[in-house]
Amino acid sequence: MAKYKMHMLVCGGTGCHASEGQMLFENLKKEVQDNNLENDVQVIATGCFGFCEKGPIVKVIPDNTFYVSVEPKDAKEIVAEHALKGRAVKRLLYFDPVRKEQIPDSKHMGFYKKQLRIALRNCGMIDPENINEYLAADGYEAMGKVLLEMTPEEAIKEVMDSGLRGRGGGGFPTGLKWQIASKNHADQKYVVCNADEGDPGAFMDRSILEGDPHTVLEAMVINGYAIGATKGLIYIRAEYPLAIHRLKIAIDQAREYGLLGTDILGSGFDFDVEIRYGAGAFVCGEETALIHSMEGERGEPTFKPPFPAQSGYLGKPTNVNNVETYANIPVIITKGAKWFSSIGTEKSKGTKVFALAGKINNVGLIEVPMGITLREVIFEIGGGIQGGKKFKAVQTGGPSGGCLTEKHLDTPIDFDNLLSVGSMMGSGGMIVMDEDDCMVAVAKFYLEFTVEESCGKCSPCRIGNKRLHEQLDIISKGNATEKDLDNLRNLSNVIKDTSLCGLGQTSPNPVLSTMDNFWDEYLAHVNEKRCPSGVCKDLIRYEVIAENCVGCTACARNCPVNCISGERKQLHVIDQALCIKCNACLEKCKFNAIAVI
Amino acid sequence: MELIKLTIDNRTVEVEKGTTIFIAAKQLDITIPTLCYMNLKDLNIEHKPGGCRICVVEVEGRRNLAPACATECSEGMVVKTHSVRVLNARRTVLELIISDHPFDCLICAKSGNCDLQDMAVKLGVRDIPFKGEKSTYKPDFSPAIIRDMDKCIMCRRCETMCNDFQTVGVLSGIHRGFEAVVAPAFERDLDHSECTYCGQCVAVCPTAALTEIDHTNQLINDLSDSSKTVVVQTAPAVRAALGEEFGMEPGTLVTGKMVAALRQLGFNFVFDTDFAADLTIMEEGTELLDRLSRHLNGDKEVRLPILTSCCPGWVSFFEYHYPDLLDVPSTARSPQQMFGAIAKTYFAEKQKLNRKDMIVVSIMPCVAKKYECTREEFATDGNPDVDYSISTRELAKLIKSANIDFKALPDEDFDKPLGESTGAAVIFGTTGGVIEAATRTAYELHTGEELEKVDFEALRGFEGIRSATVNFKGLDVNIGIAHGLGNARKLLDDVRAGKSEYHAIEIMACPGGCIGGGGQPLHHGDTSILKARAKAIYAEDEGKTLRKSHLNPDIIKLYDEFLGKPGSELAHKLLHTHYFEKKIKHISMD
Amino acid sequence: MTKIKSLADLKKMKSELQSQVALREKSETPEGRVLIRVGMGTSGIASGAKQIMEFLIDELEKRNIDAIVSQTGDMGYSYAEPTVEVTLPKQEPIVFGDVDQKKADDIIEKYIKNGELLDGIIPANYETIDKK
Repeated sequence: MAKYKMHMLVCGGTGCHASEGQMLFENLKKEVQDNNLENDVQVIATGCFGFCEKGPIVKVIPDNTFYVSVEPKDAKEIVAEHALKGRAVKRLLYFDPVRKEQIPDSKHMGFYKKQLRIALRNCGMIDPENINEYLAADGYEAMGKVLLEMTPEEAIKEVMDSGLRGRGGGGFPTGLKWQIASKNHADQKYVVCNADEGDPGAFMDRSILEGDPHTVLEAMVINGYAIGATKGLIYIRAEYPLAIHRLKIAIDQAREYGLLGTDILGSGFDFDVEIRYGAGAFVCGEETALIHSMEGERGEPTFKPPFPAQSGYLGKPTNVNNVETYANIPVIITKGAKWFSSIGTEKSKGTKVFALAGKINNVGLIEVPMGITLREVIFEIGGGIQGGKKFKAVQTGGPSGGCLTEKHLDTPIDFDNLLSVGSMMGSGGMIVMDEDDCMVAVAKFYLEFTVEESCGKCSPCRIGNKRLHEQLDIISKGNATEKDLDNLRNLSNVIKDTSLCGLGQTSPNPVLSTMDNFWDEYLAHVNEKRCPSGVCKDLIRYEVIAENCVGCTACARNCPVNCISGERKQLHVIDQALCIKCNACLEKCKFNAIAVI
Repeated sequence: MELIKLTIDNRTVEVEKGTTIFIAAKQLDITIPTLCYMNLKDLNIEHKPGGCRICVVEVEGRRNLAPACATECSEGMVVKTHSVRVLNARRTVLELIISDHPFDCLICAKSGNCDLQDMAVKLGVRDIPFKGEKSTYKPDFSPAIIRDMDKCIMCRRCETMCNDFQTVGVLSGIHRGFEAVVAPAFERDLDHSECTYCGQCVAVCPTAALTEIDHTNQLINDLSDSSKTVVVQTAPAVRAALGEEFGMEPGTLVTGKMVAALRQLGFNFVFDTDFAADLTIMEEGTELLDRLSRHLNGDKEVRLPILTSCCPGWVSFFEYHYPDLLDVPSTARSPQQMFGAIAKTYFAEKQKLNRKDMIVVSIMPCVAKKYECTREEFATDGNPDVDYSISTRELAKLIKSANIDFKALPDEDFDKPLGESTGAAVIFGTTGGVIEAATRTAYELHTGEELEKVDFEALRGFEGIRSATVNFKGLDVNIGIAHGLGNARKLLDDVRAGKSEYHAIEIMACPGGCIGGGGQPLHHGDTSILKARAKAIYAEDEGKTLRKSHLNPDIIKLYDEFLGKPGSELAHKLLHTHYFEKKIKHISMD
Repeated sequence: MTKIKSLADLKKMKSELQSQVALREKSETPEGRVLIRVGMGTSGIASGAKQIMEFLIDELEKRNIDAIVSQTGDMGYSYAEPTVEVTLPKQEPIVFGDVDQKKADDIIEKYIKNGELLDGIIPANYETIDKK
């Protein structure tokens, strides 16, 4: 076997894949071959590195050189310079916008410095399509340990002692969930992996399945053994073709090695896994809706109890855990509950993966220990706000979460703290907003999503969210009164109080938290008919600033509705009646002569 | 049995483990309002989707409000059913539902009989603070049922009836969120689905989202047209339920008042479908005996059991789902159609009337009858034997709109000759009745002896599937009975698998038979009403002098004067039919 | 593929496969490990740096020393190629010049194992890439 001195890890996640990552990978391989380096340099397609803002990524081991925005044509130079001569290709290094300098390797990048990778430990490290790489990275050892050296009770206890809580959004103690399922006796039980990731902008589950599919399979076997289930189902949305492709390969490889199937590792325990496809409905992330969908029924939640642990898939006891939750399990078994519970806060142990998005410099996927502050995440890992603008709010918990502000920045992130400040952990979406974001528009955006994704079964969610959205629309058009704001708050509270499932019980959170934290903005829309951030189209107008206008005609030429008039070298005027507020004039004006008022 | 003690509105109550808050509250005579919950006890159907969220209550220690219909009681639970929080939430949810509902109560088909309207009155809703978009859908006019989904509140009761009880499976939730609606697959209309028009969806719909096609205007026009002779027939189940629409106790028989009312409305002849029911027994009973004896004589061509064919919902059901068994049901037409055929031939001749100048109207407890009379095979030269059918509910509306004081009406008798009937015909209205009537006649025709006791108690009851063996003097005849198409499916599957031991099976699509038909006064979830109607039907039978169809003198006369004998060529032409394999109709692309 | 039939099988397989990813795992946590960089500019390669690198990798593994060997560009000491930079945990990097196999062996035995300094140290008056 070749003894490689250098590994080139090429991101093979969906994001980088989409931006010609596959071609880059092939070019690198070809260059290595052309230079007769195939025994020295190994080129590997891995899972996501998380730093999606600057994909495709190539990381060179052992020096951890971190190349960003690499194009297929750069392969030649990387191999010639780095592999042959040992010199980094400087132009491809990451340029830190805050420190204003190039960063030579990942160890010196703020993005990675404060991260602690447990669930993502193998993502970007191993070739997800090669089970041998997973085995080399301690793969299936935890499973072996559980099957051969532990009783089901001991396995459950280990997970319970670790303090692991469900990463899909609910935060229910995983060990307790397992224990309940283990105590319900039946001729057949099921273990279900919830890979129906639906929060807008969240893609941690997809990344884990793409980057480290075996870890999920291993955890499911452990789960099955612990609760007495021999069948595992992975419910994954059909829009995740790469994850499905890699899962299928992983399942086949695990079966070939006998790590799935009958009498696993001679333990006498049988377990196998099947994939089920979802059509991508947000509500199917809810356990009961997910189970109905798997059964071929309409993906609608039903009242709990009965919980899936009592009567789940096909009426049998079923344990449902999310992908990220599962990704923690093998590590907990190998390193022990004590180790795991030493990380994090009192009630939230371990780490959490977040998808950073919005007006932040380093958009991407990160894993951090519980207890880290929002400030550290946004300003250190995330590299602060784009374009040096002012931070305004961060939305956590996806469409069900709330918007947190400056005053919450030093809150240590964990399940309970986020709840106590009016937001939630959710599945780990984190969207950062700056001074240009209007909070009424933000709330409206999230409601648009929930209106779309409500299953329609219960009245408050089906009609209430629609009305919330309509009310927000009225506010954003300047047609609301303060009484409407009272109604909005009452309606929000009633929807939370009366909805059938978690979707409706949390969907008004963006409205309530923006009302709580940005009341002035609502009042400005209602009383002054003004959008302070200049976002709500009906409340803004574009004006020419007379002293700046030189009459260059650029605005008039670019106006799609020809509503700007003015002779060359004369002051231009915008006809407000015709203006559609497309922003084209402002973008084209080189003299700062167009303003939003 | 484990007992649980809890407190509801400061009162203690003890219930069995597993009881919901809704049921527990009932024990304290607290009726928690709801729009979707439905408990059809006698049919073993408890529909509790927890969807309307009107029944929410406050449970101490719980973060959010709990739906009373779906939340089980637990020891020491403290429940408040009318705290300020509950009342505010309940009213807000109701306002939301109304905000997505048309405001056309004044002219709505269900006005005065609408659960949503009642709830708005009950909770005192006076203003809807939400002015927004209302969901709109294309209205669906089928031959029997109108779907106006603008009025659907997503209670999903219709789905439970269509899917769980009838196993027809036409209605289900489609689309999501605000667009979510109950509809046939691919949002087709009912006419392009496997709908049997049984009307059980209509029977449980809390609003006017599902109603029957209204023929009352057409009827008024026809009644006022002096060139037309308008003949009416009334089905047996109507007289046992019509009184409810006028505030009379369920189970009150109003046969005489009904006849009087129909006469006042201006019908030229008030006849009885019961006459045709007796005729049905003559034809179907003869067919049964014929098939039975041929079978016993070793004729391999003959298939048993014989199945009744009076119920049009049931006929559609087997035409869709059991096309391989089309030769199993009796070929006898339903009483409605036999009546029409005889009225427009025998009676028309007697009256020297051209059938084109006659209008035959039926009053039916049924929605599917509206469809049945439109079937092509029941027309001569395009002129239908029965012109149209109106439901019990429509008749009540007509009587009210004609300002007739129904309760004060004197009892009157049906006209002759098509108004004469026996007790055997009356019991057609309830489950088990047709087969009991057939048994009375078949027994006597087969044995040549008079029955000592005409009541076959073993064939009566409310269980979904019943069976009994009747001894025909040495010949054991095995009889099966099913009501509800889900129950029918079980018997049919056995027949298909060759496992059925029955010689004859009666099937009715609706719960309790015709008394629980889709066109009857709404039972609002109280199935004891159905039982009261059945009781009334048996009482009418018992009060009759003649209780066997073959003794009906006008039937005997009909055969003597016109048809010859049961199963004759003319009888076959007028009184029998054949069945077709049904497939979902294609939607034309133009 | 053969089935893995026992935990022992699994462990054996892992130890065989481990070297495939060991370098990546080590690189994740360079703290506490010996970091060795071999100057692999054109002149370095010409004077045998590649062989020295291979020697170091093999020998360090044989002698059970937890080290990461990587290559770097020209260090600017063409007169003393091949050059090898060694960073012991929590210490400043030290560069050795004119490294041949004998000297490489000494670096392992004397400097890395015992911290003894050797001849041929080049004064650290250059900047590593990190500091640029």
